[in-house]
Amino acid sequence: MATLTLDGLRKSYNEREVVHGVSCAVADGELVVVVGPSGCGKSTLLRMVAGLETVTAGTVSIDGRVVNAVEPKDRDIAMVFQNYALYPHMSAYDNMAYGLRMRGMAREEIRTRVERAAAILQLDGLLERKPRQLSGGQRQRVAMGRAIVRDPKVFLFDEPLSNLDAQLRVQMRVEIKRLQQQLGTTSLYVTHDQVEAMTLADRLIVMNAGIADQIGPPLELYERPATAFVAGFIGSPAMNLVRGRLIAAGVEVAGGVVPLAVAGGRGEPGRPVLVGMRPEHLEPAESGPLSVRVELLERLGADTIVHGAAGGDGIRLTARAPGGFAPALGDPVALAIRPEHIHLFDLDTGKRL
Amino acid sequence: MERRVVFAGWLCPAVLLVPQMAVTIVFFFWPAAQAFNESLRRGDAFGLTTHFAGVANFAALFASPNYLASFWITAVFSASVAVLALAPGLLLAVMADRVVRGAALYKTVLLIPYAIAPAIAGVLWMFLFNPSIGVLAALLRWLGIDWNYFLDAPQAIMLVILAAAWKQVSYNFLFFLAGLQAIPPSLVEASAIDGASPRRRFWTIVFPLLTPTTFFLLVVNIVYAFFDTFGVIHNVTQGGPGQSTEILVYKVWYDGIVGLDLGGSSAQSVILMAIVIALTAIQFRFIERRVHYA
Repeated sequence: MATLTLDGLRKSYNEREVVHGVSCAVADGELVVVVGPSGCGKSTLLRMVAGLETVTAGTVSIDGRVVNAVEPKDRDIAMVFQNYALYPHMSAYDNMAYGLRMRGMAREEIRTRVERAAAILQLDGLLERKPRQLSGGQRQRVAMGRAIVRDPKVFLFDEPLSNLDAQLRVQMRVEIKRLQQQLGTTSLYVTHDQVEAMTLADRLIVMNAGIADQIGPPLELYERPATAFVAGFIGSPAMNLVRGRLIAAGVEVAGGVVPLAVAGGRGEPGRPVLVGMRPEHLEPAESGPLSVRVELLERLGADTIVHGAAGGDGIRLTARAPGGFAPALGDPVALAIRPEHIHLFDLDTGKRL
Repeated sequence: MERRVVFAGWLCPAVLLVPQMAVTIVFFFWPAAQAFNESLRRGDAFGLTTHFAGVANFAALFASPNYLASFWITAVFSASVAVLALAPGLLLAVMADRVVRGAALYKTVLLIPYAIAPAIAGVLWMFLFNPSIGVLAALLRWLGIDWNYFLDAPQAIMLVILAAAWKQVSYNFLFFLAGLQAIPPSLVEASAIDGASPRRRFWTIVFPLLTPTTFFLLVVNIVYAFFDTFGVIHNVTQGGPGQSTEILVYKVWYDGIVGLDLGGSSAQSVILMAIVIALTAIQFRFIERRVHYA
C-alpha cells in the first residue's frame, strides 16, 4: 500500500524538453491513467517513475521517499510492458518466478506465490509453457502475473493492451480493472486509447505535447474539459470544435445563434471563440438554432451518427441521433442543444472560458 | 505465400545457372573427385605411374603416429582458437553495445582485423614475436621469459593460436553485436525492474538469448581454425618446431607438395572433406530448427 507523487517532473533530451513539469499525487490504491496521443511524453513520464529514464528536474516519490536516484529494482515497483517483455527462453512459471528468485526468496514461498497468481489469472495448466506457445491474451496474463507475484507498492502499465485484438482488449480491460480493485495496488497506467482510459481510470491525466492539460476523474474531464485539446480527445465520436463569436444573445456559430447558460462573464460581445458541442448533445429537433445538410450517415443500430455541413462556409458538424433516425442524404436537419452543453474555449490558448 | 518465378523455356534458367555451376564444378567437384581418385592410388618411386591401392593410403594414415598427433594438435588448436576468438568478441560486443558516442568509429576499428588476410596476420605476429627481431619477444625476454618459439613447442602453439584467433575476433564481434541488438531492450529493462544486477541480467537473459548466435559462431570458428589457418601456420612456424604446430590442413599440403606423397595427401584431403561436410550438416540442421523468439 503506497502513494506515488510526481512533483514538477521534467525530462529533456539534449536541450529538447519533452515533458514540461508534470505534478500529480496518486493516492493509495488509486488507478491513474495517463492518456494522450503518441509523442506526448506519457511513456517517458512512466519510464521516469520506473527508473528507466533519468529525471531532468522535479521529483518522483513513492510513499514519501524521493526515488529519483534509486535503482529500478529498489523502487518496489512492477511494470507491464507493451510487448509484455516476457523472457522467451523461460516457461511462464519461470517468468513469474524470476523477480522473486533475484530477490533470494525461498523456493517454497516462490511456488506458493506463483501458483496463487496463476489461479487469480486463470493460468493454471499453462505454467510450463514457453511464451511462444501462449496466445496473446495468455502472454498478457503472464506479464500481469509477473507484476503481481512481487506484491509491489506500485504497478506501472505501459500500453499493456495495445498488442491485443479489439475483442480481447475489451475483455482484458475489465480483468485489469477487477484485478486492480481486488489487489488495491496503487497504479499508473499509460494508454493512447481514450475509451480504455475512461473505463479504467479513477482519475485521468490528459497529456498534450509534454504538458498535463487536465487531471481529474473521467466524468469531470468529459463534462468540463479544461482545454480544447482535452475536449477533442475525450469522448467518442469527438466533440465538434468550431469557430464562433460571442454576441449579446449567446454565441454565433455555424450559421446560427445558440443561447448560453450564463450570459456574460465569458468575455465581451464580439470576441471570437472556439465552440465545443458534443455530438450526443446535438439533438435533431423540429426547429433548432443550427441546421445541417446531411452528408453521411453511420448507422450503428442503437445510434445513428449524422455527419452534416452547416452554414455556407463548409463547417462540418457531427450529431448522434437515435437509431431510427433516417433522413435522406442532402436533407436539411435542424439541431438543438441545451445551453449548459456549450463549451467555450479561447481561440489562441485553447483554455476553457 | 512463396513467390515463384516462372520461366517460359529452359534456356534462360540454364544460362543463369551456368556461372554458379561452372565455379562449383571447376573449383569444387572436379578437385574433390580428383582427390578422391588419388586417395585410392599409389605412385611409384619416380612418380611416373600410379596404380590402384584400395584403402591402403587410409590404412597407412591411421597407423601413422604422426597423423594421429596432427589430429590431436588440430583439436587443441581449433578448440583454443574458437574460445579465444569467441570470448573477446562477445566482451567487445557487449561493451560496444553500450557505447553511444562515437559508436560507428569504435565498431569500424574493431572490424579492421577481419579485413586482413590470414597470411598477412601471420607475418604480423611473426614479426612481433620473432625471437631475433620481434618487439614483443624482446619484451618477454626482458621480463625473464626464455622466448623462442622456434625451439619451444608450447610457445609455438600458443603463438599460432593467438594469431589465428585475433583475426577472427572481429567477425565474432560483428555477429554478437547484431545478436545483442536484436534483443528487445524491454527484456533487459524488465529484468532490471525484477531486481537482477547487470551481471545476472547478462547471464540469465542476454546470454541465453544469444545462444543461436553463439552456436553458429562456434561452428564457423571451428571450420575457420580447421581450414583457413594455413597461412598463419605457414608464415609463423611452418608446422614446427618438429611437428608441434602441424594441423591437418598444413599436413595435407606438406605431405603432398613437399613430401610428394600424393596418395597419402589426397587421403588426408578426403578425410578433411568429410569433416567439413559433417560440420556443415550440423550447422544446417541447427539453422532449420532455429528457435524464433517472439
